[in-house]
Formats: sequence, structure tokens, C-alpha cells
Amino acid sequence: MAWDWQLFCKETATGEIIAGCFGKGGDQTYLNWILSAWGWTLTVALAALVVALLMGLLMGTLRTLPNSPWLVRLGTAWTELFRNIPLLVQIFLWYFVVPAIFPAMKDVPSVILVILALGFFTSARVSEQVRSGIQALPRGQRYAGMAVGFTTPQTYRYVLLPMALRIVIPPLTSESMNIIKNSSVAFAVSIAELTMFARQAGEETSAPVQMYLAVTVLYAISAFTVNRIMRVIEQKTQVPGFVASGGMGAGH
Amino acid sequence: MGNLDLTFFDWSVIGPFVWKGLIFSLWLTVVATIGGVILGTALALMRLSGKKWLEVPAAAYVNTMRSIPLVMVLLWFFLLIPFAIGRPIGAEMSAVVTFIAFEAAYFSEIVRAGIQSIPRGQIFAGQALGMTYGQNMKLVILPQAFRNMLPVFLTQTIILFQDTSLVYAIGAYDMLKGFETAGKNLGRPVEAYLLAAVVYFFMCYALSWIVKRIQQKVQIIR
Repeated sequence: MAWDWQLFCKETATGEIIAGCFGKGGDQTYLNWILSAWGWTLTVALAALVVALLMGLLMGTLRTLPNSPWLVRLGTAWTELFRNIPLLVQIFLWYFVVPAIFPAMKDVPSVILVILALGFFTSARVSEQVRSGIQALPRGQRYAGMAVGFTTPQTYRYVLLPMALRIVIPPLTSESMNIIKNSSVAFAVSIAELTMFARQAGEETSAPVQMYLAVTVLYAISAFTVNRIMRVIEQKTQVPGFVASGGMGAGH
Repeated sequence: MGNLDLTFFDWSVIGPFVWKGLIFSLWLTVVATIGGVILGTALALMRLSGKKWLEVPAAAYVNTMRSIPLVMVLLWFFLLIPFAIGRPIGAEMSAVVTFIAFEAAYFSEIVRAGIQSIPRGQIFAGQALGMTYGQNMKLVILPQAFRNMLPVFLTQTIILFQDTSLVYAIGAYDMLKGFETAGKNLGRPVEAYLLAAVVYFFMCYALSWIVKRIQQKVQIIR
């Protein structure tokens, strides 16, 4: 097991070492491949994050509505459904079961299915955070909104959500990092992302250690970058004198 | 609706496939929880010891584990354990070792937060009574800390149970694999995956319900 990093310059089909490490024309080196895999990981993770934030924010907010028991139930049912099935099983559901039940879904590219699976799975966690963020606000805030004559949507828009969203930034930071890590599960339905690369390239080159190392480092860099971006957002949106309190949380 | 046929499945057909996997999933969850908590508590105590030579390696270990996807950790251990011990190890044993090592990092963060949630006055009180560090931890701090962190701790165990399905990556035979095998052998993969989702859902839902009840019971009212 030589520590030969040159193998990233190898052409994937012929095994020739290519000068400059980037394949030209139709050639593809392992370096080309791992970069495109990184691109897929980021694409899946970021698209899923958008889905998760939108659905999580919506469902989490619904769960705190006063006087709308059915919307509260909808939000709770959504959260419980997507939270209590393992991610891998949900990916299989989207990939095998949904197209079998709804034939119209057969033509949807598998990347979209994985993005929906990962996004909905994470939306359940986001919904939990948003709900507890809104509930952590003093009750007087809601009353204050009512007292100035706001409707319920206005109370949420101008009073509750601006503060609640700031409170949930720290837990959302860890969810954003989790979504990058969780995107690795997409390997199971053959999305050409980093974990898939690690498995395939590791086998092809018989040098899994180098391949795994490179992939592991790329995951760590991605998660760290997300962490920094969220920290900047947290600081930029901070309300002076208001300290958001975070609790203990479980997760991966 | 398409042509789902769930009547096709009954327990006598899938039982033999699923049962073995279910037992492994549960066993892996229990062993990884116990192992992870013991190792995790040790890591947390190292990080809170105030001694640099203990803090730094523990922090490095925890942060490394927490920044790598579990699937990659599974692949790494599956690759490296045979090198380390010089003989091949089954996917199942490899999964157990990986889960203990991986979960320890997460449990250590829970234990650390739990210990830090105890007011400092409690530590001082223990010291004032002349307790040693070990006595203070064992008799004063940890009993309260474990009680505070019990809900998070149980939630983590449910997540752990869900994550056992990821042993798919190294081909270990867990409950999901059991359903998959049943589906393939009976030519009904779609129904098998659907059924797997239903079973996982009810198990996890029941567990979270129990956790909620426990949470209400053990709360320390201050």
C-alpha cells in the first residue's frame, strides 16, 4: 500500500498518468471524478437544505398556531412521519415505492428524488427547532401583537418569527452540517456523490485509503465552510442585547 | 394507485428473513448505546478534567468523528480493522465496533452538556464536604447530570436505532436488509420497502412516545 497520490492523475479508463492531472477532451482523471462527486454532494445537500428550511419553517410554524387544531395536527403528523423513518429507508421509499404507486413519478431523475427524501427528512428536524424557537418566546410577545391589532399572520410576520428565527440559527447550523453528512446516504441509489466515489474509486484503484482520505477531508471542509457561513449569518442578524439560548440536542 | 399487493406478505413468509435482521438491529442498538455511553462518559470527563494532555486528544477525537458521515466511518473501519488486527472481521462485528466508536463522540457531547448543566455550587458543596474528585463525580455530579440528560440521551438512542440501517453500506444483515432480501426472494421489492418503512415508523414512534413520558416523569423541578 504505497502512499501514491499520483493516482489522482490517472485516467479512469486507461490508467495512464495524465500530465497536469486534469483530463482533456473525453478523458477523465480521478481528480476530475472526485471534484464532480464533490459537486454532486454539495448540489444534493444544498438543494435538500432549501427544501428542508421551507417545509420545516412552514410545518414548525403551523404547529404553534392558536385556534387551528387541524393545522397543528397536520404539522405534527408531518414531523412525526418524516422523523421516525430512517433516512436510508426514506430514500428507498422515494426511489422504489413512490414511482410504483404514482407512475407519473417514474420519469423524475433520481437526484430529485434523493433531494426530496433528504429535504423532507431534515424538514422534520427543522420543524422541531422552529416550533421550540417560537414557543421559547415569552407569551407577552404574542399578546403584544394582538394588542396592537395585528391579525395572526401579521403577528407571526412582524413579531414572533423575526425573533424565533434568530433563536433557531444555532440548531439550524448543526442541521445544515448534518445535511452535508447525511447526503452521503445517497450512495445507496447510485448518485455519483463523494461516498459513491469513495467506494467505486477505492475498488478500481486498489488504493482505498487515499480515496477515503480525500473524500473524508472534502466532507470536513464542506461542513466547516457551512459552519462559518452560518456563524456570519448569526452575527449579522443579531439583535443587540438579545442572547439566544440554545439547549442540548441529539442528532447526527 | 399502482399494483401494490401487500396481502402477499404474511409473517410466515417474511418472518425468517426479517427476524434475524431485527434481532441484529436491536442488539447493535443496545451494545452501541452501552459501549458508546461508557466511552463517551470517559471522553467527557477527559474534556472537563482541566488537564491539557487529556483535553486535547479527547476533543480531537470527538470533533473528528462528528465531522465525518457515519457511512464513511463505517467504510473506514471496515477497511482498517482487518489491517489493525491482522485478520478479516465480519461486517456485523465491524459495524458494532464502528457504532461504539462513533456514538461515543455524540454521547460524550451529551454527557458534557449534562455535567455543565449542574450548578457550580454543587461541585463546591461536594468539595466543601471533603470529597475527592471521584467521589464528587460519582455521588453528586453524575447522578444529577444523567437525570438531566436522560431525555436527550434516549432521543439519541432512537436516532442510533434508525442509523443502524446504514450498515447497508458494508453489507451487514440488519432489519432493512432482511426486508430487502425478503422482497427480492419473493419478487416483491416495492412492498418490502414499504413494509420496512411502516415497521421502522411504528417502532421509532412508540419509542419517542415512551421517551416523552419519561421526560415528564424525571424532570427535576427547580
